[in-house]
Amino acid sequence: MIRPTEERREAGSYSDFRATGLRWVLLAVVMLFCIGPLFWQAVTSVKPDADLVRLPPILPAEITATHYERVLLGSPLVQALANSVVVAAGATVVSIVVGSFCAFALARLPIAGKSIILGLILVTSMFPPIAVISPLYLVMRELGLRDTLMALSLTHAVYALPLAVWLLTSFIRQLPSELYYAARVDGCTPLRALLTVILPLARPGLAVAALLVFIFSWNEFMFALTLTASDATRTAPVAVALFPGLYEIPWGDLAAASLVVTLPVAGLALVFHRHIVAGLTAGSVKG
Amino acid sequence: MAEVCLKGLEKRIGHTTILHPLDLTVRDGEFFVLVGPSGCGKSTLLHLLAGLDRPTSGRILFDGADVTELEPRERDAALVFQTYALYPHMTVRDNLSFPLRVASGAQRVDRKGKDIENEVQRVAGFLGLKSLLDRRPRELSGGQRQRVALGRALIRKPRLFLLDEPLSNLDAQLRSSMRTELRQLHEELKITTIYVTHDQTEAMTLGDRLATLDQGRIHQVGRPHDVYAAPANVFVAGFLGYPPMNLLQARVGSEGIAAGPFQFTVPSDLPESVRQQGVTVGVRPEDVMVGISADRHEDGAVSGVVRLVEPAGPTCWVTCDLLDRLARVTVVGASASGYSPKIGDAVTVSVRRPAVHLFDSSTGQRFGSV
Repeated sequence: MIRPTEERREAGSYSDFRATGLRWVLLAVVMLFCIGPLFWQAVTSVKPDADLVRLPPILPAEITATHYERVLLGSPLVQALANSVVVAAGATVVSIVVGSFCAFALARLPIAGKSIILGLILVTSMFPPIAVISPLYLVMRELGLRDTLMALSLTHAVYALPLAVWLLTSFIRQLPSELYYAARVDGCTPLRALLTVILPLARPGLAVAALLVFIFSWNEFMFALTLTASDATRTAPVAVALFPGLYEIPWGDLAAASLVVTLPVAGLALVFHRHIVAGLTAGSVKG
Repeated sequence: MAEVCLKGLEKRIGHTTILHPLDLTVRDGEFFVLVGPSGCGKSTLLHLLAGLDRPTSGRILFDGADVTELEPRERDAALVFQTYALYPHMTVRDNLSFPLRVASGAQRVDRKGKDIENEVQRVAGFLGLKSLLDRRPRELSGGQRQRVALGRALIRKPRLFLLDEPLSNLDAQLRSSMRTELRQLHEELKITTIYVTHDQTEAMTLGDRLATLDQGRIHQVGRPHDVYAAPANVFVAGFLGYPPMNLLQARVGSEGIAAGPFQFTVPSDLPESVRQQGVTVGVRPEDVMVGISADRHEDGAVSGVVRLVEPAGPTCWVTCDLLDRLARVTVVGASASGYSPKIGDAVTVSVRRPAVHLFDSSTGQRFGSV
C-alpha cells in the first residue's frame, strides 16, 4: 500500500503548503456536494415540524423523534422494508446461482465464441430500464405475476445477471485451471467439480457479487414502481416516493424514511468496501 | 494396470498442429518417459490420455478398448500436475480421500465398500504423510505437497498413472531423492506409468523406455541406453546426454570425412546422396579426450586451446577451440585423468572410436558410426 505523499514529506515549503491547501479545498467542495444532502436530510429528520420550513436555524434547538415514530409505527414503510429484503434476497440468490453456472461455463468449459457471448451479456445490461418496462409489464401481467414480489425479484435478478456473470467469470478464470482438471481426473463431472472445488474457492467473488446485486435490487426504483400496485408488494424506495401527504409534503417524515432505507445498504457498502473494490478489479492484476 | 496404445493420434488447434499423427504403445506395467523441450506437445499428449482434451483424429486404446471418447472419470487414469493442483480448501486427508469419495458418492466408504480412512492411512503411511493429515496444502513444503499429489493419484489404484513434470518445482536435492522414490514406488505397484519431463537426466534415469518428442513428433522410442548409444537423428543426439553431443559439420572427400581438423574413414556403405549433401559428425563429450600438449600425440589427435572449464567431479568438461585452417571448430571433451585444465592451455584433443555417430546433414537422420 502506497501512502499519500504528503504524509511522508517533511513539514512543507510554501508551494507544498499551497498544493495541500488547494487539495483540501477541493476535497471539501466534493464532500459538501456528496454528503451535504444526506446531512441535510439527517438534520431535517430530527427537526420539530415548526422548524422545518424556517431558516435559520440550520441546526434545530431541540431534537425530536416524532418523524421516526410516525414512519416506523404508523406507515407502510416497515412492510416495504420487509418486501425489499425479500425481493433483494430473492434476486441475489437467483442471479448468483444462475450467474455462477454461466460464469463457470464461460471460464472453463470448451465453448465456441466465448468472448462474443460475454460481449452480448454486457450489451443486455446497457438497455435503459425505461426501454423494456412496457413489454416487461405486459409479460408479467400475462404470467399473472403483476403486483407480486416474485415478479420484481425475477426482474432484478435478470437485470443484475450480467454484472454477476462478468464478476464471477473473471474470478473463476483467476483460479488455476489445473484445479479444475485435477477434479475432473479425480472423477468429478463438470458439475461436481464446480460444486466441490471451484465454488468453495470462489467464495470471495461470490460474496462480492451477491453484495452488489443485493444493493442494486434494494435501490432499484423504476421496475419496482411499475410492477407493484399495493402496499403489500411495494419496496422501500417506492414507498418513500409515494409517502402519504394529503395537504402538505411531510418533509420530516420523508427525510426519516429515506434515511431508514439508505442506512442498511450504506452500512453494507462501508463494511465490505475493500472486498468490493478487490472483487471489481479481480483478474486485472495477477494475484 | 493397462497397456496403452495410441493410433494415429493427432491434435490441431485451428491451423496449428500441436501433435502430428503418432503411433505409440506403452506396455502393461511399464515406466515410460516422454521427454522433449517445452512446447513440444507432451503436456497436450497427457491431457489427451487423461481425457481432459479430445484429439482431432486418431484413437487411444487402453488394453485394446477404445477410450478416445470417454470422460476422464470413465478412464481410471490418475494425473499428477507440475503445480500439484492440491485443493487449497481441503486438508491433506480430504485431498487424499477426494477421488474415493467422488467415486463412491459417500464420505466414509469407497466404491468397493472399503473404509476410506484405512486407505488414507495406508497411502499416508508409505508416503510419510501420517503426521500431516490435518494440515492444509499451504502449510506444507514443496516436497510434502508433491507427496500429497502423488498420494491423491495413487489412492484409487488407477490403471494408468500420468505424471506431468512432477519434480520440476522441487530443489535439486529433493528432486534426486524423489526420483529414486518414484522408481521404487513403481517397482512395488507396477502401475503403467507415463512420465513427462523436459529434463533429460530424469528421462535417462527413470524410464524402462523413453520417447523423445519435438515439435509434435516422436523422434525415437527405446530403452534409455539404446537411444543414448544410437540416437536416431540430430535432435535426439543433441537433446539426450549432458553435456550435449558435439555436432560437427563435415565434408566427405576422397581421403575421408573431414570434420574440422578431425579425419574419419568413409564407411563403405555411405549412400551416394549423403556423400553429396554432406555429413554431420556427432561425438559425445565423454568420448573426446583432452590432454596436455606435452603428452605424446596419439593417432588422429589434434591441437586446441582451452576456452571454458566446467568441473564435474573426477573429470572436467573442457570446451576447446580446435586449430583448423578453414573455420573455428569448438568441441566439448573430458579432461584426461591427472590433468586439471586451465583456460588458455594448449591441449591435444583425440576422439575415441568407434564412438562417432554420422548423420545425414540434410535430413538429420543417423546412418551409422565410425
